[in-house]
Amino acid sequence: MAATIIKNGYVFDPLNGIDAEVLDVFIKDGKVAVGLTGAESRDAKVIDASGKAVMPGGVDSHSHVAGSKVNAGRLMRPEDHYRSVRLKTDITHSGSGYTVPSVYKQGYDYAAMGYTTVFEAAMPPLEARHTHEEMRSTPILDMGAYMVFGNNWFVMRYLKEGDLVKAAAYVAWMMRTHKAYGIKCVNPAGVENWGWAKNVHSLDEPNIHFEITPREIIRGLAEVNEMLGLPMSLHLHANNLGHPGNWEVARDSLMIPSGLDPKSKTDLEWAQTKESARRRQTIYLAHAQFSAYGGTSWRDFCSGASGLADYINGVDNVVIDSGSVPFGPATTMTGDGPAQHDLYMLTGQKWSNCDVELECGSGILSLVYSKSSPVHSVQWAIGLEVLLLIKDPWKTIMTTDHPNGGIFTQYPQVITWLMSKKARDDTAKESHKWAYDRSSLGGVDRELSLYEIAVLTRANPARTIGMAHRKGHLGIGADGDVTVYDLDPTRLNVNDPERLRQKLARPEYTIKDGQIVARRGEVVAVPEGRRYYCRPYVDDAMEKEMLADVKEWFKYYTVGFSNYPVPDKYLKNPVPIPVNKSQEAVARR
Amino acid sequence: MAEIVLKPKGEIGITVEAEVIRPEMLAAKKKDEIERLQVWQGSEVLPLGDFFDVETTGDGSSEETTIVIDGDVPRVKYIGKGMRSGRIEIRGSAGMHVGAEMAGGSISVHGDALSWAGMEMKGGLLQIYGNAGDHVGSAYRGSWRGMTGGRILIEGNAKSQVGGGMAGGQIVVGGSVENFCAIRQNGGLILIRGDALRGLGAEMTGGTVAIMGSIRQFLPGFVEVGREESLKLGDLQIEGRFVKFSGDFAIHRNPKGLLYWREG
Repeated sequence: MAATIIKNGYVFDPLNGIDAEVLDVFIKDGKVAVGLTGAESRDAKVIDASGKAVMPGGVDSHSHVAGSKVNAGRLMRPEDHYRSVRLKTDITHSGSGYTVPSVYKQGYDYAAMGYTTVFEAAMPPLEARHTHEEMRSTPILDMGAYMVFGNNWFVMRYLKEGDLVKAAAYVAWMMRTHKAYGIKCVNPAGVENWGWAKNVHSLDEPNIHFEITPREIIRGLAEVNEMLGLPMSLHLHANNLGHPGNWEVARDSLMIPSGLDPKSKTDLEWAQTKESARRRQTIYLAHAQFSAYGGTSWRDFCSGASGLADYINGVDNVVIDSGSVPFGPATTMTGDGPAQHDLYMLTGQKWSNCDVELECGSGILSLVYSKSSPVHSVQWAIGLEVLLLIKDPWKTIMTTDHPNGGIFTQYPQVITWLMSKKARDDTAKESHKWAYDRSSLGGVDRELSLYEIAVLTRANPARTIGMAHRKGHLGIGADGDVTVYDLDPTRLNVNDPERLRQKLARPEYTIKDGQIVARRGEVVAVPEGRRYYCRPYVDDAMEKEMLADVKEWFKYYTVGFSNYPVPDKYLKNPVPIPVNKSQEAVARR
Repeated sequence: MAEIVLKPKGEIGITVEAEVIRPEMLAAKKKDEIERLQVWQGSEVLPLGDFFDVETTGDGSSEETTIVIDGDVPRVKYIGKGMRSGRIEIRGSAGMHVGAEMAGGSISVHGDALSWAGMEMKGGLLQIYGNAGDHVGSAYRGSWRGMTGGRILIEGNAKSQVGGGMAGGQIVVGGSVENFCAIRQNGGLILIRGDALRGLGAEMTGGTVAIMGSIRQFLPGFVEVGREESLKLGDLQIEGRFVKFSGDFAIHRNPKGLLYWREG
């Protein structure tokens, strides 16, 4: 493949400390290179980026884009599809869907917006095949999926027995078996109770039968995570999600892994970076907006973001993504079955619910966030507060928890609010007065710079999930994923929010592995993406012992043990990441 | 004033999606420009002229334009979709989605209309002299946001889910309806001069439905709240003695839906 030179752009590369320096970026064989030979330069494709902002390709570390609940969201919402249609072109498939697009449309829309890497936030083990099938069919993007463990019978049993080593062996085997990337924990202990139409409401409430508390599960999985040395930390969807007054539970949950050290025992080549590209956090809180509520009911509902932000400002082991709410249609879908049921009782909207035997659950609901709604207006404010009140951008990631708070094609709008106080004030004026009355957002003057936006949308999501060995920066050896925005940082006018939003929504170029995949919103090439997953190793004897338990308990499954694993053929371009190789195998304590 | 006559050339196989047939698109265009307008048929894009002979007389804005479809076009969908002004007269039967999402102007169908006539209509007048299919004035599949304004008049019968999710406007059915008329209605008015099968007013939370004939299976979620002589509903005056019900209590605790059923 011919080399590519992106010339004279204002480069934003936070992991290399580069803030709007005019530089050339060279890409050779799909990787960022230190330079090119004379012959290579002559043949190179040259992109003139003068007067434009150059960033690493966007990285989304939390989005619901593949799997059975995503597809259920498509099936139950025909009305979401008929007005949002994408025609086939010579190189692209047709597609449809506004809040939950079809897999092809998802890939094209992300790429057209400058994103090249997207991780699916919740893969139930039994639905891993479906998740991989959808990722396999998603064009362009590099992907991976976090596996849901927080209500898994085996995990709960081992943790209750205090057998962390076996729990680690089980998690390692599950990740290899189902080709999962990280550990996700959704409403720990609560989703299991949902099988009896119940939930848990505090961190120390034991659940039914297993009699394990959310605190024990969070601590246990965080320890397992660091014992194995996974590239990303535990990814937590906190208890009491979506309920007024839940910010304290979120804060207390974040305290649980205190004292643990982040240990990434991956066997990888690391591209060059000036800053450390290794994660610092031991807990990564998902969609903080949904866990930063104050008040005691919907009547006295208010933001709890400042309390949560105060705690996070004082610690170093936490990263959050925002789950911002940009208003408009959404489809809420989570593994948190009881939370979705509560939302159904509140709204009366279409609702779907599923129990995944022995493992987890899920719920789906259609929703429109409206500016006239007092609660939605506060949610909008909280979704921005969590990103603006936490001072260190390296603790935050911008998402909408697509398609829960909003849809990923609204990211440019969210970024615009973060960069422009005027944009926030304009929207607050159109919204219910609770937006500013019940939050601190109106008093926040902070406007994020393009550099900080590059942290929130590239460098930090990549580092947080352990992908910064090749993603989220433009150091030598990094993947040649680049976004060129038609934004001149020397003449940036954040007081023209609409123009800013449009420029962010339609980058001049999206480049993936050195190839131009999108140009001003049009997809021009459709390469196949990679699928990342972790292969953690543990001691063989331990694994055998653990598997004997698993086989004995497999009688409770409706599937046979031999049909449980995801075969290799389900992955296209798989990239396994070896973790905790045998010499460091977990030793029995 | 302008008149544009579209005469069907013959039988159509795969249905044609002709949302271009609306005054805004055809007004002030020459014959050959109209013939070149593109429509989808299955996976192909073809000129409108493949399906219709076009004749134009006079000149004028869309408000002053009448489109006449001179014949039966049951295989042509989306006629008048989203139209805001002017007139469409179909001298025959219309295909699915006639007048869908229309916001103004008027459409008259001299024959029958297939399903989804006036779907999610916002304004204007849709008159059907024959029978109508399912989902008249209703929401799209999966949605409960149906017709919000305008008026649909049907001389004949209509099938199921008339006014599904209706929030405003008026539907009058001269004949009978089938199942789940007014399902999830939350505003507006539906009058049925004939009979209804089961599910009339299911899950309705607001608006009014009045029926003069029989109801085969009356829903248990409605509560009798009184009797009225000679109804005045909007601009409609309806003679007779009506039993007034409130509902549907099956789903909601405090529904505001009203159902009038003529006695005898």
